[in-house]
Amino acid sequence: MSVLRPLDKLPGLNTATILLVGTEDALLQQLADSMLKEDCASELKVHLAKSLPLPSSVNRPRIDLIVFVVNLHSKYSLQNTEESLRHVDASFFLGKVCFLATGAGRESHCSIHRHTVVKLAHTYQSPLLYCDLEAGLQWCNHGSLQTRAPGLK
Amino acid sequence: MDETVAEFIKRTILKIPMNELTTILKAWDFLSENQLQTVNFRQRKESVVQHLIHLCEEKRASLSDAALLDIIYMQFHQHQKVWDVFQMNKGPGEDVDLFDMKQFKNSFKKILQRALKNVTVSFRETEENAVWIRIAWGTQYTKPNQYKPTYVVYYSQTPYAFMSSSMLRRNTPLLGQALTVASKHHQIVKMDLRSRYLDSLKAIVFKQYNQTFETHNSTTPLQERSLGLDINMDSRIIHENIVEKERVQRITQETFGDYPQPQLEFAQYKLETKFKSGLNGSILAEREEPLRCLIKFSSPHLLEALKSLAPAGIADAPLSPLLTCIPNKRMNYFKIRDK
Repeated sequence: MSVLRPLDKLPGLNTATILLVGTEDALLQQLADSMLKEDCASELKVHLAKSLPLPSSVNRPRIDLIVFVVNLHSKYSLQNTEESLRHVDASFFLGKVCFLATGAGRESHCSIHRHTVVKLAHTYQSPLLYCDLEAGLQWCNHGSLQTRAPGLK
Repeated sequence: MDETVAEFIKRTILKIPMNELTTILKAWDFLSENQLQTVNFRQRKESVVQHLIHLCEEKRASLSDAALLDIIYMQFHQHQKVWDVFQMNKGPGEDVDLFDMKQFKNSFKKILQRALKNVTVSFRETEENAVWIRIAWGTQYTKPNQYKPTYVVYYSQTPYAFMSSSMLRRNTPLLGQALTVASKHHQIVKMDLRSRYLDSLKAIVFKQYNQTFETHNSTTPLQERSLGLDINMDSRIIHENIVEKERVQRITQETFGDYPQPQLEFAQYKLETKFKSGLNGSILAEREEPLRCLIKFSSPHLLEALKSLAPAGIADAPLSPLLTCIPNKRMNYFKIRDK
């Protein structure tokens, strides 16, 4: 089983690669589009994946940050995230992983309690951000995202 | 013209939206072209209705004329009723007779009139050998209630009839019997299929929904179209799971096809099964009686919603066959029991 390791490749010159992992492709696409619109000192590349492990046949750059996108409206989304986490090497969790929970605003549609993702993020010692993609992108803790991803200014 | 008939016509016309009024009146074909030209349709609705009633009085509209107008209104507003589907079959060894519309209508009317003295039966034939039947129910002692009729759409070249769900359920067996005998069938059975959209029910029952038409989108390359990708995709975004996405698209297409799905509003599953659990000694697993539970899926367009579940990433492909079999099995009401 292939496991993602943070330092198994050399970093690209002045480039940063973010991997978004989540079940809903449209959500990931929207997120990626918004991220690329922001000004970034380095060249930013965004990879979208439904789940881990990634297909091994592809030659890809070193991944600097993994964002697990969990839709609080979908138990399937949480289950997918939990299974994907098994394919990430422990050293990734030293500041290169982030959890993004969407849909917290519509309480009545949530089938996953917020506490569940809080506990998940706590277990993996990684930050948890909340985001509501339906109302347009709103970032919380935008600052912390930048400082925790080396390679990005 | 009878007071009740006038009131009935008035109420029917009041229901018709102004922009459909001339179309429906023309389809009714009761008031002449000359008469209709004397009406100023740009007035307030109440004035238009008054004028039309006056014209109907001049022409001495009868109850059957009024009933015909009601049928036409319903044909334009089919979705206001929920339609059930019935299937008839011939007895063993019975020959397939040539269908005689006149004989069918006479026989149908006679059967109902013999059983209930007071009943209004009206017919309107449409294309595809279909006949719309309107029945207003009374009893031995009361006149028919014109405001709670039942409508039946019978396709004479097929064993299928569509019936509007009505509150007066006690008349359904009689209606079924009349239909069966008049159409020279042996037995009638209610199918587990129900919807507001008569056209979709027709498409499902007659298996007409799976026709693919060439659309203008067929000029774009197949792969891009099937992946739903934007042609102006940013090259800085890389999709890792293209293979998986293609698999999901392929399975979705195999299950649902390229054609638009017939429109249904819900699917209902009645479960009566024993509790199954991997854990031993669970209280629920020891229960002798089966658990009863009802699951209902609702949507403005259920089948299209199911079709988009896997591509949207909300569910895994392939979907449960209990969901995908709906148009094929011609059912949206299921009873699931332990075998």
